[in-house]
Amino acid sequence: MIIGLEHYLTLAAILFTLGIFGIFLNRKNMIVILMSIELMLLAVNINFVAFSAFMGDLTGQVFAMFVLTVAAAEAAIGLAILVVFFRNKGTIAVEDIADLKG
Amino acid sequence: MILALSFYLFAAVLVVSSVMVISARNPVHSVLFLILGFFNAAGLMVLLGAEFIAFILVIVYVGAVAVLFLFVVMMLDVDFTSLRKGAMQYLPLGAVIGGVLLFELITIFGAWTFAPTIQDNIVNEIAIGDSVTNAEALGRLIYTDYIVAFQLAGLILLVAMMGAIVLTLRKRAGVRSQKVAEQFARKPSDAMEIKKVTSGTAL
Repeated sequence: MIIGLEHYLTLAAILFTLGIFGIFLNRKNMIVILMSIELMLLAVNINFVAFSAFMGDLTGQVFAMFVLTVAAAEAAIGLAILVVFFRNKGTIAVEDIADLKG
Repeated sequence: MILALSFYLFAAVLVVSSVMVISARNPVHSVLFLILGFFNAAGLMVLLGAEFIAFILVIVYVGAVAVLFLFVVMMLDVDFTSLRKGAMQYLPLGAVIGGVLLFELITIFGAWTFAPTIQDNIVNEIAIGDSVTNAEALGRLIYTDYIVAFQLAGLILLVAMMGAIVLTLRKRAGVRSQKVAEQFARKPSDAMEIKKVTSGTAL
């Protein structure tokens, strides 16, 4: 039994769909939404690395590192905004965060 | 055979833990399952021969991002039960959209084959054999061809760090914090005086 590219791509597709499904399932909970976004970025990274490995081209792994950088920055900023919002409003429900709109 | 078995093991645990991330009632459990999923994704990367990405995944995702999530979940006193109220009403819509998307993605990617001319499009070929390790090859690329993008990534991280500090730092009134400048600016003449004490009398 040989594990080919399509196995990895299917796995990444399942992960990405789970991330989107998580956003629908936890529409009020900002923290779980951020975690779902992390899952989707992980799926993208798996795609990049799988293509890189099966094509024999290293560029995909370089790009996966940059995706990782952006994911880390996004989590830090998102959680910082969440903490400030919770301090001011006492809630993290997504519909209340619409108040941030000027 | 071992390769296939370990792929299915890592993939199964990854998918199950992702399901638990989005469905767990307690957000702390969500974060812990997220960590489990990241470890298994790192295992998959090792199977693909991308060891450096695997280790970076563990260091950055587990060591930084997931622990950050854990901090926020544990330190904020959020009423999570009220946040789950009415979650089930979006379940059918989410299931339909997710199902359609999954079907489309698998139809596209499930039968992926490379064109025969793919060899012409390879820019940075992975060296065959063990002459160069994965980390070394990546380093050679990042510090030469992709140096501008690499520096920009560093800049993004710097801006993110400063943004997080600026957002969350606050001055609270009534807190007795240390004022280093005032401490250093204090002179002996401000605080001490020399008294002549004559014997037999009080001050």
